[in-house]
Formats: sequence, C-alpha cells, structure tokens
Amino acid sequence: MAKRELQEINAGSMADIAFLLLIFFLVATTMDVDTGLTRLLPPIPEDEQEQEVKVNKRNVLVVLINRNDQLMVGGEFGTRVDELKDITMEFFTNPTNDPTLPEKQEAEIQFPPGSSPLLPSDGIWRGMVSKGVISLQNDRSTTYKQYLMVQNELVAAVNQLRQDFCKLYFDKDFDQLNMNSPRDKEISEAIREVYKMNISEAEPKNIGGLK
Amino acid sequence: MPKFQRNKGKGAPKINTSSLPDIIFILLFFFMISTTMRETEVQVKIKPTEVSEVKKLEQKKLVSYIYIGRPARHLEALYGSEPMIQLNDKLVNEEGIPTEAVQDFVLFEREKLAEIDKNKMVMSLRIDQDIPMGKVDDVKQALRRSKALIINYSARKAHEEKGR
Repeated sequence: MAKRELQEINAGSMADIAFLLLIFFLVATTMDVDTGLTRLLPPIPEDEQEQEVKVNKRNVLVVLINRNDQLMVGGEFGTRVDELKDITMEFFTNPTNDPTLPEKQEAEIQFPPGSSPLLPSDGIWRGMVSKGVISLQNDRSTTYKQYLMVQNELVAAVNQLRQDFCKLYFDKDFDQLNMNSPRDKEISEAIREVYKMNISEAEPKNIGGLK
Repeated sequence: MPKFQRNKGKGAPKINTSSLPDIIFILLFFFMISTTMRETEVQVKIKPTEVSEVKKLEQKKLVSYIYIGRPARHLEALYGSEPMIQLNDKLVNEEGIPTEAVQDFVLFEREKLAEIDKNKMVMSLRIDQDIPMGKVDDVKQALRRSKALIINYSARKAHEEKGR
C-alpha cells in the first residue's frame, strides 16, 4: 500500500481563534489593581458615655477641613495641603524640644539582636517616642478628594519618618522589608512602634457652619 | 517600451502570516496576566482620587467593596443624580436605610469568611472624588458599629510629584 503523505494542518484560522480569545479577555477583565490607603477605624466605645481621655493640649494636632475644603492645622487657618507633610513630621519628631510641640517619652523597643551596627548587641533601641496624636476632623460637605489628600499627606509623613529610620539603621527602604521573613517582619513591627501612626479620625460633626 | 513593467496577473505579493497567531497569543497572555476578572458591574460613577502613598491589597478574598458615587448615566432616569451606595454588586435603593444596609452587608460578608479570617475582613471604599464626606461618614459610622474596622480608601497611585 502506498504511504499516504502527511497532511499539513491548516493553521490559517489559528489567528482568528487567538483573536477571539483575546477579545474575550479584553471584555471580561479589568486593568485596575486594588490599591489604596489602608486605615484602621477606631472602635465604638463599649459604654455609651464619652470617655474623657486626658490628653495634654500640646500633644494633639487638630487638622480641620471645612466645607470649602480649606484647612486649619493647629489653630492656623489656610494651610496648604502640600505643607502638611512637613508640619506633621515636625509634630511627630519635635526636633528642637519645642514646648508647644508634643512631649516625648523614653521607650525601649526590641529589635532582632545583631540586626544593625547602630544598635546595642541585645538589639534594644532606647530613645524618645512621641506622644503626639493627630486628630483629623472634617465637615459633612468636605469633598472626599480633599479628605483623602489630607489623609495621604499624614500617612506620607509617618511613612517618611519610618523610611528615614529604616535607612539609617538598616540601610534598607522601609517598604522593601520582606514581610515573609521573620527577621524583617520583626524589624518592621519595631519601627512601627517607634513611629506610631497616631492619626485619629474624630467622631463626625458639623464644623464650618450651617449646611 | 515602458520602463516599469507591471506585474500583470501576479497579484500582490503574499505576506507571510504564519507568525500572526504567535503575536496574538503573546498579546493574549499579556492581558491574561495583567488584568483581573470583572466581578461586579459598578452601577455608580467613580472617579478615583490619585494619591502617593498607596499600597496594594493583598488578599482578595478578605475584601468587600463599598462604592459611593452618583448613578451611572443609564440609571440616572431611575435613581436621579444623588450619590448612592453600592455594596459589592447591589445598589442600595431609596427605601433601604443606607446605614442599616451597610451593617447587614457586613454581617453577610463576614459569614462568608472562614472563622480565622473573620476579624481580618477589609472593607474597600471606592468613592467618587466629589462626594461630600457626610455620606462617607455615615458609612464609616455604620462600619464601626458593625466592627468592620479595617478599611481601605481605594485610590490610584499618583504619578511622580506633579505640580509640586
């Protein structure tokens, strides 16, 4: 019997099939990745009475956003959003021990031993930690955009402080710490202790006049 | 005698298209990897805010979405143009009290999670940038009341330092 020649498969329609698949994926999927600012809401106090927490006035930086999206930071009206990061960083560090800026308290924070030449051999960092709290308040007619921009600046300030600390002690970027390695995770948590994200979102109230 | 000879009868030279499928496949794989499946149809208009300090949300299964925005154009006739809340894929309509709907939603979403993940639930707030904060505050209060405290203000990464 004569050997039949192997028949070539016609691949001309392959492109069409691939195109169909491509178009399906174009339609059925979205590009956007989930990114955003993750924040923690304060829990509702268990007992209904408002718990009066004694906080020294110098330890609180009140950031108000009024209904016209204008800012009032620490009693000063008309701060611009892009000034806020520096104000926040100064507030949290208080480099000159200014009596109008927050108090600091001594703290001992455990880092993994031997992780940095700048730390003593037991890995305990001894230094001053700020007692400052930022209280962010907004009006009901503040736009969301402005609110988020302000939040972003506050978060950016704390991130910057953490970043500087991490760079100084560990010669690494803070967000480059590998959360899957226990040592890096410990470092990251310790740095979070040094610079706490003390931003409180106050109970909503109507500021900035009538609606 | 003509200088240029027309190639009569031959037709246009054939382009070799045998590598076309490969090119399309590369495109296909690119889209398969870089995109995610559309899960819900967003029925409100959301113009995201751009900020610099964004982080990625890692565990998708812990995330539920709350959208706040004005109704999409084809729904304007039905709902008007006041800001509305959409919970995952369900629009909260006029009759429902938004805060109660949010609390019910949190309970419902929490039920779906495994026991160990229940307090790790993340609420992603996708809010149009022009929405007044009053609406957002109401939702935040409702979330606090139902103890869903981890929230994520959804935002896009801003391009490097423009206008600074």
